[in-house]
Amino acid sequence: MKCFIGIDLGSTTTKAVLMDGNQHILGRGITNSRSNYDTASRVAKQEAVVDTRMTLCRRGLAGAAGLEDGLDDFLGELERSFRLEQFLDQLGDLEATCKTQITGDRFAGVEKEVDAALVAIFDELRDTAPALFAPGAKRKSDFFRDIAGAHYLQVAEKVAKEAGLPYELLLNVYDKSIIDVENRPPSEDLTGKFVDALVRVLAATSGDGRDAGDIEQRVKDALAIELEETFVVGTGYGRVTLPFSKEHIRSEILCHGLGAHMMYPKTRTVLDIGGQDTKGIQVDASGIVENFQMNDRCAAGCGRYLGYIADEMNMGLHELGPMAMKSTRSVRINSTCTVFAGAELRDRLALGENREDILAGLHRAIILRAMSIISRSGGITDQFTFTGGVAKNEAAVRELKKLVQENYGDVTINIDPDSIYTGALGAATFAHRAVEDGAAREGVQA
Amino acid sequence: MSTKPQAAQTEVAKDDSMLKQKTMMAGHYERLTSAKETGAKTCSTFVPGNLNELIMCFDLLNNLPEVNAIQAGLRKKSGLYVMESEKLGHSEDVCTYVKSDIGMMAKGNLAPNGKALPDPDVLMLSYTGCFTFMKWFELLREQYKCPTIMLHTPYEGDGKITANMRDYMVKQLKEEVIPTLEEVSGVKFDIDRLREYLKKSALAEDDLVHVLQSAKNKPSPIDAYFGGIYYIGPIFGAFRGTDDAIDYYRTLREEVDARVAAGAGPVTPDGDMGPEKYRLIVEGPPNYTSFRDFWKMFYDEGAVVVASSYTKVGGVYDLGFRHDPDNPLESLADYCLGVYTNRNLPQRVEMLADYVEEYEADGLLINSIKSCNSFSAGQLLIMREVERRTGKPAAFIETDLVDPRYFSPANVKNRLESYFQMVDQKRASATASGVAA
Ligand code: SF4
Repeated sequence: MKCFIGIDLGSTTTKAVLMDGNQHILGRGITNSRSNYDTASRVAKQEAVVDTRMTLCRRGLAGAAGLEDGLDDFLGELERSFRLEQFLDQLGDLEATCKTQITGDRFAGVEKEVDAALVAIFDELRDTAPALFAPGAKRKSDFFRDIAGAHYLQVAEKVAKEAGLPYELLLNVYDKSIIDVENRPPSEDLTGKFVDALVRVLAATSGDGRDAGDIEQRVKDALAIELEETFVVGTGYGRVTLPFSKEHIRSEILCHGLGAHMMYPKTRTVLDIGGQDTKGIQVDASGIVENFQMNDRCAAGCGRYLGYIADEMNMGLHELGPMAMKSTRSVRINSTCTVFAGAELRDRLALGENREDILAGLHRAIILRAMSIISRSGGITDQFTFTGGVAKNEAAVRELKKLVQENYGDVTINIDPDSIYTGALGAATFAHRAVEDGAAREGVQA
Repeated sequence: MSTKPQAAQTEVAKDDSMLKQKTMMAGHYERLTSAKETGAKTCSTFVPGNLNELIMCFDLLNNLPEVNAIQAGLRKKSGLYVMESEKLGHSEDVCTYVKSDIGMMAKGNLAPNGKALPDPDVLMLSYTGCFTFMKWFELLREQYKCPTIMLHTPYEGDGKITANMRDYMVKQLKEEVIPTLEEVSGVKFDIDRLREYLKKSALAEDDLVHVLQSAKNKPSPIDAYFGGIYYIGPIFGAFRGTDDAIDYYRTLREEVDARVAAGAGPVTPDGDMGPEKYRLIVEGPPNYTSFRDFWKMFYDEGAVVVASSYTKVGGVYDLGFRHDPDNPLESLADYCLGVYTNRNLPQRVEMLADYVEEYEADGLLINSIKSCNSFSAGQLLIMREVERRTGKPAAFIETDLVDPRYFSPANVKNRLESYFQMVDQKRASATASGVAA
């Protein structure tokens, strides 16, 4: 099957979207871009492939005996089980890497003890892993580094105490290894892991009238479909670091415009507030960018600003929106400048304003700035799509809706739950168009 | 800190005209910085509305603070000067030409040759369009305590020069400007001398126009913005009306003609530009502190600027104006009235839209200057209107003149790339609908 892939290398996360020849999205993948764009794009792509396999399994299993009602549950089980396999695989890598670190003066004389401690730690991590992927299990993050890291630190403390080893020693081994593991592309053997996962699921669950052999065959068929990587397009801040040639790179402004058009074909105006910048984009009826404006070199009012405020308030980024929603009156904050906002914030707190109201004011300030960028790009006509990380912040959305209504009246405002993938979707669509246009051109020439 | 020596960077391939200009400029700064020894008197004035021929009639040397600021920018000295004048109390948002100039004065007022510039004997403010000029010269007057001539140029608010406006300016020239210059210099005004200079100006102007319009060729043999900045140096500065200027533009014209004949594109700091992929019209001054990096963002993508408004700030010759020896004072008045900064918005829109058509450009790019209120006001309107009239895509970038803190390469590059790809898309959809039709 011909596949078209778009990869959006953002400053905090890297996203990938995989679509088929009919421009249907088959899979989406995401990873953090903390260290290395090259790996991040490979991981995101692999995640999109995993998601695609799930889509194909869903299609393949439709109508399978005994799964008529329970298909969603079954697929949920399969995916969790697959994730567990993947996790165990990376855990194995981490353990092996940790063990290579036990050299040098620091470990002189305690090599054996540290080695044994590592075995104990990883045994426990392996034992507790299935619970992490059990139905309904709550995870703070889906990234290996976050899940494995948190547990390692916990277990290591206990093990260190028992073994009479300095905790720092075990910490040091981990710190030195995790980046390597993160930067190593996960093993490509997806099929093997899927099959192992399936076997586990079939063994652990039962269903009326289910034919395990048939199910296995259908899954294997779905896994056997060849995903032919026809064209890849990269976008986002890290795009220039990719070993792609020029025709495989599109600016994120165009990708966001086209991505928004793919999600909502009637979109004419797009607002994207990302970590580093804010863009107002006008697109025509076929998703082509007609005009755009973005913030100048100052990143005030972008996602980063919220991050800064969160730090300033000693809160998590995701807690800002909900807290601002509790406000009853919004305090007027004048500065969207990251440098001044902190001072203004402290000032307001000192004056006795409550945090909820101040936060509401801050969200309003950000959106006011965005409104200016939108109006400079040509204003809002029906329909309007809001994308980017800040679109997930309910307080920002509330202010935006208010201001759009005040300034432009009743226009449809779209916010897709998958809006984080807008840029990658645009890139995948460009990939598809590149091949189609090429084919069309060849057709004309022929 | 970068320790990369200047010389290690690739130099712009030097044509004869470039070498000639270098010698001319060096000579000019030498004359200025040795004025004390030679006893020469100097006059500071501005580029838009620069009355070089008149200044020469009084044996005065022409010193241009804007050009000094640009030189400081290109030499990466302006950052320090700008900060210096902020220390002195000038706000962050003020035109950075002004701040570079003021900071430079505070730091010894050194010319590019490393020697101190002389204190001006007279300030001649030919005020066209930008109000900042006035404040700037007030500051200079405060500093130098020398006579200040104010030549008021009525703004072309209605888009045309009336007889009234011309008379008003001629009157000022006769009653204010010339008598003061006579007094300061001790030289008697001789109108025939002025006619002689104006004749020479017109000759050089013909060749300049020829050079600028060579960009109508495909590929364009010149870059009419980045390259254009070099081309306008002599004529917008202290050389209009001189034999040097005539020689320079004649040489340049021949070089450009040769490039056209050879089907060659522009010369860039990295040598000949690759295939011409995008033809652009640019509005707004360039950024000087990252001039090369900025230019590179264009030629790396195969983008050539075929016409720009910036190369008209010191005179819009391509629309037909020439200095006229038969009507010397009137022609000086017309010159001041007609420069780009003195034109109203509809005139600017028309000029840019016409350029898009005449030069068969792919669209308009606006470089909005953070600290220049004069250029920046109305630029978005200009952009929308040109877009509407031509149907070609336009884009907006933001930098600054000579303040290195206001050039964000990632931001500019991002927008430029998006713009070029936007042009591609427009073309593709135009061909697609052409095929369908
Ligand atoms: S036109 Fe702009 S750059 Fe020139 S002096 Fe005025 S403010 Fe400064």
